[in-house]
Amino acid sequence: MVRSGRRKKGVRLREELTKGIFKQNPVISLTPLGLCPTLAVTTSLKNGIAMGLAATAVLVSSNFIISSFKRFIPREVRIPCYIVVIATFVTIVELVMKAMLPPALNQQLGIFVPLIVVNCIILGRAEAFASKNTVGASLLDGIGMGAGFTLALAVISSIRELLGSGAIWGYPISLSYLPAAVMVMAPGAFLVLGLLLGAYNLVMGARQAGGKAPEQICLCCAPRRSEAEER
Amino acid sequence: MNISGYAAIIFGSIFVNNFLLARFLGLCPFIGVSKRTDEAVGMGMAVTFVMTLASAVTWLLYNYLLLPGAETGHNIMSFIMGNEVNLVPILKNVSYILVIAALVQLVEITMRKISPALYRALGIYLPLITTNCAVMGVALLNTTDAPRRFSFVEATLQGFAAGIGFMMAMLLMSAIRERLALADVPRSMKGVPVAFICTALIALSFLGFAGILGAG
Repeated sequence: MVRSGRRKKGVRLREELTKGIFKQNPVISLTPLGLCPTLAVTTSLKNGIAMGLAATAVLVSSNFIISSFKRFIPREVRIPCYIVVIATFVTIVELVMKAMLPPALNQQLGIFVPLIVVNCIILGRAEAFASKNTVGASLLDGIGMGAGFTLALAVISSIRELLGSGAIWGYPISLSYLPAAVMVMAPGAFLVLGLLLGAYNLVMGARQAGGKAPEQICLCCAPRRSEAEER
Repeated sequence: MNISGYAAIIFGSIFVNNFLLARFLGLCPFIGVSKRTDEAVGMGMAVTFVMTLASAVTWLLYNYLLLPGAETGHNIMSFIMGNEVNLVPILKNVSYILVIAALVQLVEITMRKISPALYRALGIYLPLITTNCAVMGVALLNTTDAPRRFSFVEATLQGFAAGIGFMMAMLLMSAIRERLALADVPRSMKGVPVAFICTALIALSFLGFAGILGAG
């Protein structure tokens, strides 16, 4: 009995860690979140990875603190509490990045490092997961979701860097065509993400045949009807 | 600052550096609330309102509380902490988001008391605006990440113009999506993916404004 229970727990924890990579990837999913940094900094692979790791560090730390203190946070003011915790960790990460990374990289990430504060993924995980689960599960969830976010940024940014500047990680790759600069500008970002989401739907649609095209719901940005009707 | 300078800020924030289409700020509501035109206009108006107020308040916060006194010459905190202490890198994130959250709550309460009609129209969008990148983004772009030192009027104007640009993009997008609902789109591209492809086309046309203001 005990052994099977423990094994089940192990499977569940592994699930928390791996679900963020593909099944519940925060960006490339039916309900994409955290879109602002996803599109803004993915002009090169280096920027994408740096942004992904910064957000992961904030996500893991805020999940840890929020799940540890979940019993002491009153329900009515939980969102401001989460935001203060997140903003504190963003400040720490921002100062560390300013101190350790090359100035050019810091300049390219620009305001999107402080804007991790308002990233829907982090507040969404705090609200949907860390406030209800144990510290260990929340840590794993943070690592998994962060890895999924970093992976999504890496995929988008390598496509854009390859097509837009003909290079990967700054190393030029000889191609038979002239790089299209529009891919590293704003329209390229929207185009790549749109096509990637379409491809994801194609793969997932084949799995759940006959499924209706899903509705877009952003946890913190789109109005929740039930809540609006309550007032 | 003359009139043409103000005009450059307004034109720049609405067209050249449109917050949604060129700076990628506020994309979640842009995709999430742009299915119907009336919802898009409501959200756009709420965002414009909060962005204007937030620009004004965070400018005051930055210039009179956070910056070291030596730079402005009239900093309140410098009486307590001396002129050398620079609070900007440590406190800007926490103080900005708290001020914005408090401001949104205040606007919501005031609006409910003073104008129930306006509250019914904009009320459901207000709580969401706290976590809108565009509001925090304009606060940062007015203060710490500004290309030069903005005056109070310039900062407020940039907040207002950026909000108008946001509303215009929302309106364009919702009009397209209302038509798209009737179009025969491949099933895997329905909804969000095709909305992004349309956004790419709008952004492409907005690139045409880039050369108008000199270096942009």
